[in-house]
Amino acid sequence: MDVFSDSYNLDVYVTGFLWILKLTASATVCAVVLGVLLAAMRVSPVPVLRGFGTAWVNIFRNTPLTLIIFFCYFGLYSTLGVTLSDDLELNNYWLGVLGLSIYTAAFVCEAIRSGINTVPAGQAEAARAIGMTFRQTLSLIVLPQAGRAVVAPLGSILIALCKNATIVGTIGLMESSNAMKELINSNGNAVFTIFFVFAGTFAVVLIPTGYGFGWLANRLAVKR
Amino acid sequence: MRITRLAAAFGAMTMALAVAACGGDDSGTDSGSGSSGSGIVGKASSDKKLTIGVKADQPGLGLQTGSTYTGFDIEIGKIIAKGLGVDESGITWKTTVSANREPYIQQGQVDIVVATYTINDERKQKVNFGGPYYIAGQDLLVPTASTITGPDQLAGKKVCSVSGSTPAKRIQTDYKDAQLQQFDSYSKCVTALAGGTVDAVTTDDIILAGYASQEQYAGKFKVVGKPFSTEPYGIGVKKEDSAGCNKINDILKAAAADGSYKKAWDDTLGKSGKAAPELDTSKLTNCS
Amino acid sequence: MSTDAVLYDHPGPRARIRNRILTVVFGLALVGLLYWIYHRFDEKGQWAGSLWKPFTQSSTWTDYILPGLQGTLQAAAIAMVLSLAFGILFAVGRLSDHWWLRIPAGIVVEFFRAVPLLLMMFFIFFGIPFVTQKPMSPLWAVVFALTLYNGSVLAEAFRAGVHAVPSGQSEAAYAIGMRKGQVMGQILIPQAARAMLPVIVSQLVVLVKDTALGYIISYSELLQLGVNNVAANFGNVIQAAMVAAAIYIAVNATLTAVAGWLSRRTRRSGKAPRAARPATALAATAEP
Repeated sequence: MDVFSDSYNLDVYVTGFLWILKLTASATVCAVVLGVLLAAMRVSPVPVLRGFGTAWVNIFRNTPLTLIIFFCYFGLYSTLGVTLSDDLELNNYWLGVLGLSIYTAAFVCEAIRSGINTVPAGQAEAARAIGMTFRQTLSLIVLPQAGRAVVAPLGSILIALCKNATIVGTIGLMESSNAMKELINSNGNAVFTIFFVFAGTFAVVLIPTGYGFGWLANRLAVKR
Repeated sequence: MRITRLAAAFGAMTMALAVAACGGDDSGTDSGSGSSGSGIVGKASSDKKLTIGVKADQPGLGLQTGSTYTGFDIEIGKIIAKGLGVDESGITWKTTVSANREPYIQQGQVDIVVATYTINDERKQKVNFGGPYYIAGQDLLVPTASTITGPDQLAGKKVCSVSGSTPAKRIQTDYKDAQLQQFDSYSKCVTALAGGTVDAVTTDDIILAGYASQEQYAGKFKVVGKPFSTEPYGIGVKKEDSAGCNKINDILKAAAADGSYKKAWDDTLGKSGKAAPELDTSKLTNCS
Repeated sequence: MSTDAVLYDHPGPRARIRNRILTVVFGLALVGLLYWIYHRFDEKGQWAGSLWKPFTQSSTWTDYILPGLQGTLQAAAIAMVLSLAFGILFAVGRLSDHWWLRIPAGIVVEFFRAVPLLLMMFFIFFGIPFVTQKPMSPLWAVVFALTLYNGSVLAEAFRAGVHAVPSGQSEAAYAIGMRKGQVMGQILIPQAARAMLPVIVSQLVVLVKDTALGYIISYSELLQLGVNNVAANFGNVIQAAMVAAAIYIAVNATLTAVAGWLSRRTRRSGKAPRAARPATALAATAEP
């Protein structure tokens, strides 16, 4: 554990995890909002919206996240000139959040769509029978019930999001994977300690979170 | 039957060792410790094969084009292999990146590393260096119209380098006012420079020169030309293989004398018009 | 809800007009956005013929992209087989009646699901060789890391699938005198695999994409050869990445299509299980 008694090394480790937490938090919000919108598009009566949602899912779900984040930097920022912050680190952070959200939203969208499929058709039919519009049917009747059914898969997706946040390191953010690489480079003799501290931190945070989502999913499950 | 085979194997081994020892004697250095047979000298003479770790993405130095590698480092690798008695057909080139050169040597993934590998004390703890075969220096690559003329003007500017590399660390410690952008390859840095999202790319001058002379970027960039560090490029071998290290230095001395060093330069980086450097054999490492 | 159309009425005259307006507005916005992207790329010269020309030469494909794709597919294929085996093995382990099997299997699965793949790969590549004293080839580092992660996710999918098989199935199997192993291997796992086919396939798509991380430990796959090395030769990293992305999308879309065809075939032949309980159908998902 000598590696982590050094204050510089400890700082590298803590900073790395703070970036992961920040990335996860921001990207979770964006991805869920974007995912719900995309799911709504994919079940909407307007063909263009449906097509857009389908294209989004098929493109981004099938592209490696590394490449998506690469395009956020070299496409959005470098070529299109979309600047999210004047500070280099913060800009990379927000580009990372964007990449993670774009990618994860495709998965959230599919989870919600399969959640919608678990809601009995009678629910939507009844809603329409009392004169509700598409938007009302979706937002008042179907999505709240679908939401309960997707807690578990959504939980898995968000946990994956947290792990995927390490990939933002490819555009230079000093998050956990880069921090671990740096520590291994300068402390080659303590590879095991370093790995188990980093991996252990993820495990300690994510395994209980996973069980938490499972518990929540059970509590919220619609009893039929 | 078994006994004869064993004896034959033993005989072959002793012969290999004898050859190795002779090789050392010829060049006039003490390579008694080479007789352990685990070093590159023993390996090269016994199985006539050598695995060399090189960069694959650095134009002019180590660039992979299809299954062949080209560049100055590659030519140096060939010189070393030849000096060890290994034909070009016996060389296996292996792509390394900056972050995995020490592990590659320590774990025996490669026999030697010729990959823009700066000799420094931290690395000397882990591996042994032959050379240096070239003295580079950290410099800046900027757009032709840029006003940056040296590292002192980097305050507030965005500088790009490869994550975990020595140049990146130097910017972090010595030029704290600069904003450091890190990628995993220099081609990404150069693309970012072309896109205008970073103001400068920093690493060793000859690496920068290699990128600047690429067809795509002709006339767009310039190397500032004020190196602010000394980067002696060495050839990495295993820490305990001092015999191999000595042998490499002997080969380099011979290469400087017979002109093959100059030819290696002229065939690669020399094409940019830069004259071949003098290989200062007095500065070679002592391999301890 | 089997069809989405149940969410809205057949459009009347007003709804039709509204939908048409929405179509036009959104369509125009989309076209505008695409044009703006095209225009900005054009301004920055990213459509320049010289940047795209390498992709019209067959040598670019035979030297970089195809070998890279081969590397990607090779790692993916081996890892797919291994992670399916790992998944079944550990799913059975976690479902075991013996605590000494169940608990370790659970710990392994939970741990490897929680560790980011990137850290896992680094560790296997740089850390394991310290124990084995043997070099770890990049291919196997990629394969092992992918297997441990995706295998663990698949284990959870299989486990959820087994839980989703109606209990009458195993009861009937026990009733005709099958042993535990037979019930698991011949009754539960096959049905679980069919019920979970969509999840398994999505996870395999995730696996193919994750091979892309291999370039970080210098495994010669599509990103390493097709993007980094192509860009080092031609200075066109953005274009190379676009081509690579298109290839990934094509490969994964093919994989999904084949799986869809497979699942329709099993359904038609009546081998698929009757409707699993709806709530459990969602108990496992692919983890991107």
